[in-house]
Amino acid sequence: MDKLKLIIKREYLAKVRNKSFIVMTVLSPLLIVGMIAVVVFLTRMNSDQKRVIAILDESPYFGNQFITGPELSFLDLVDLDLETAKDSVASMGYYGLLHIPDGKDITDITEKIRFYSKSSPSMTVTGMLESRIGKRIREEKLEALGVSQQKVQELASNFEMRTATFSGERSVKGVNELKAAIGGAFGYLIMMFIIIYGAFVMRSVIEEKTSRIIEVIISSVKPFQLMLGKIIGTSLAGITQFVIWIFSASLLGVVVFSLMGIQWNELNSRTNLPPETMDTINQAAASNEIVQIYMTELFKIPWFTLFISFIIYFVLGYLIYSSIYAAIGAAVDNETDTQQFMLPVIMPLMLAIYVGFFSVFDNPHGPIAVGFSLFPLTSPIVMLMRLPAGVGADGVPWWQLITSIFLLMLTFIGIVWFAAKIYRVGILMYGKKPTYKELYKWLKYN
Amino acid sequence: MTDLLVAENLCKWYGDYLALDQVSLTIPKGSIFGLLGPNGAGKTTLIRIINQITHPDEGRVLFNGTPLNRNHIKNIGYLPEERGLYKSMKVGEQALYLSQLKGLSHQDAKVRLQYWFDKFGISEWWGKKVQELSKGMAQKVQFIVTVLHEPELLIFDEPFSGFDPINANIIKDEILKLRDKGATVIFSTHRMESVEEMCDHIALLHNSKKILDGKLSAIKQAYKSNTYEIGLKHQQPEGLKTELAGLLTSEAVSFQVFEEELKLRVALKNGLGSRELLAALNERAELVYFKEVIPSANDIFIQKVNEQRKEEHGQA
Repeated sequence: MDKLKLIIKREYLAKVRNKSFIVMTVLSPLLIVGMIAVVVFLTRMNSDQKRVIAILDESPYFGNQFITGPELSFLDLVDLDLETAKDSVASMGYYGLLHIPDGKDITDITEKIRFYSKSSPSMTVTGMLESRIGKRIREEKLEALGVSQQKVQELASNFEMRTATFSGERSVKGVNELKAAIGGAFGYLIMMFIIIYGAFVMRSVIEEKTSRIIEVIISSVKPFQLMLGKIIGTSLAGITQFVIWIFSASLLGVVVFSLMGIQWNELNSRTNLPPETMDTINQAAASNEIVQIYMTELFKIPWFTLFISFIIYFVLGYLIYSSIYAAIGAAVDNETDTQQFMLPVIMPLMLAIYVGFFSVFDNPHGPIAVGFSLFPLTSPIVMLMRLPAGVGADGVPWWQLITSIFLLMLTFIGIVWFAAKIYRVGILMYGKKPTYKELYKWLKYN
Repeated sequence: MTDLLVAENLCKWYGDYLALDQVSLTIPKGSIFGLLGPNGAGKTTLIRIINQITHPDEGRVLFNGTPLNRNHIKNIGYLPEERGLYKSMKVGEQALYLSQLKGLSHQDAKVRLQYWFDKFGISEWWGKKVQELSKGMAQKVQFIVTVLHEPELLIFDEPFSGFDPINANIIKDEILKLRDKGATVIFSTHRMESVEEMCDHIALLHNSKKILDGKLSAIKQAYKSNTYEIGLKHQQPEGLKTELAGLLTSEAVSFQVFEEELKLRVALKNGLGSRELLAALNERAELVYFKEVIPSANDIFIQKVNEQRKEEHGQA
């Protein structure tokens, strides 16, 4: 036990004192916060600089349609012929010119409407112009059919489906997705951790092999102790890094955003939806009732079970994968030889994430979701996505959760045994690029 | 108890490859035991079994009379042929770590390391990273770590590779000193001159089998072939050859004229001794020198391995 502690300590310190590790730990939050700040800053700059669109309206229909908004400002040109208008718009450096000629009726006019600009206009601009013109055409046609403006407004119906469960509780749309996203965040965390720190374990094994210190060490400790100590030490370093990241990123975030005067809600609500739609959404969100339903749904997530399961799946999943990484590191002489073994390791992880996002979001208790949440190599990620939907009668059945953890444990024992064997033989093999067949042979060595 | 280590009928398979075939060894306490053999003979496998890095498929190893177990780790110091250190770790920290893994306390390890670092005059390396050291420097550190916990059994696999002659001598002296203090040394090498100088016992492995072992002096006696090297003042080598023909075997006879001198290397027929040869020579010429040729460890090594190869070819 003392020796294991020594190994863990060395591996931890070796990792934490490593220059690139320190640089990564310090720089990553700066980079991430900096990037978000730059994106926000650029978006604001972009939108601060309003696009000016000149309008040459010769028709009687569109008089009040083009009101300067947050993204576009409009400039009416009066009594100019088209060519002069084009010239002056170009020389003034405006974004474009919308020409609405006169015609016999609105259908005729709309066919003649043209937008002139220096180069092809952006989708946002044409989209906004189209929606405004389209709205006006519809109004005009309705009026021609004898429907008055007032009636049109009465017609407007913002229907939203209200949903309820059979037991009569009100439910809200999107809550399943929200829950799966919470679980997905945990699952994603596990995957990232495995990929980053599993590779660290692998590199550290390769380093011991290439520096030829391995034989000295395993004449003092069992190879399994060394492997275990290395995995634990590296993951402790990883957890340290994660904790530092979370703290410093949130701290930095608060500082930077308050300095730049960016409001959080500004970040959230900045979308390109037309103002009308925004209004409806805001109205809906403002309605206290719905917020409350979301809150109760969030409270209904079995946080405690979720948290405990996260720890279990995290520890077992990480140990399984990092011992595979250790075995790969032991089997090869340098990092370039690892390629052939990496794909089968990364694949289940990727599969889990994709299955999670495409299938579990949609149907958390469907057969695919159940299958992948039982299969040990994907269960740490997929099961965590399912869990927020609850455990028990209307959520993940208990037997599935227990079977999944049980299978994961069996796999853990099997894989670690298997990896330890490969590791033990591999660390003393030099100069060979092993094949799968060779690895299979190693398993039979005493 | 005079034998520190006894290996009985060790067999080790790697898949279909038999790396050790019924190898038995007895290593007396306080000896320097040379483990010799061509590449791939099974030396490293044997050493790894003694270090419990791998385990034999058959047979057993007794250490001080008890079957080898994990408690013996701290009684063994091992300097492998493929050796290295963590490159980005500081020398002192690394030496401390490795000696603690052998079971020394932090405090003990520190005191002893300071003693050895002083002795080798390398104290100023303590805070340096290994990658700043030369290969020879790193080897010194490795040697210290191997012997620091004062094990009963020291195993050196090619200990002198990477050392310049001066440092190789320092290391050799230290190994002899450790032996004098009571340590037993297993010494695996290809360098026959160091075997000659240091070893009192040897074992020769070839193709996974032990083909020879015992006290080096006894082996030499057994392998001398009644051969003599002689210098004479004589003008007609051919005449002398025929005159001596009755005494000599046909093998290993060479006559060489060297300025005024005739150099002879001759092997006597069985049953004849130096007395008969001397008497015959005295009658015919003036003797400059006369000595019996004792085979070197190198000669025995080559002879034995070649015999073995011939035998195997004969079978095949």
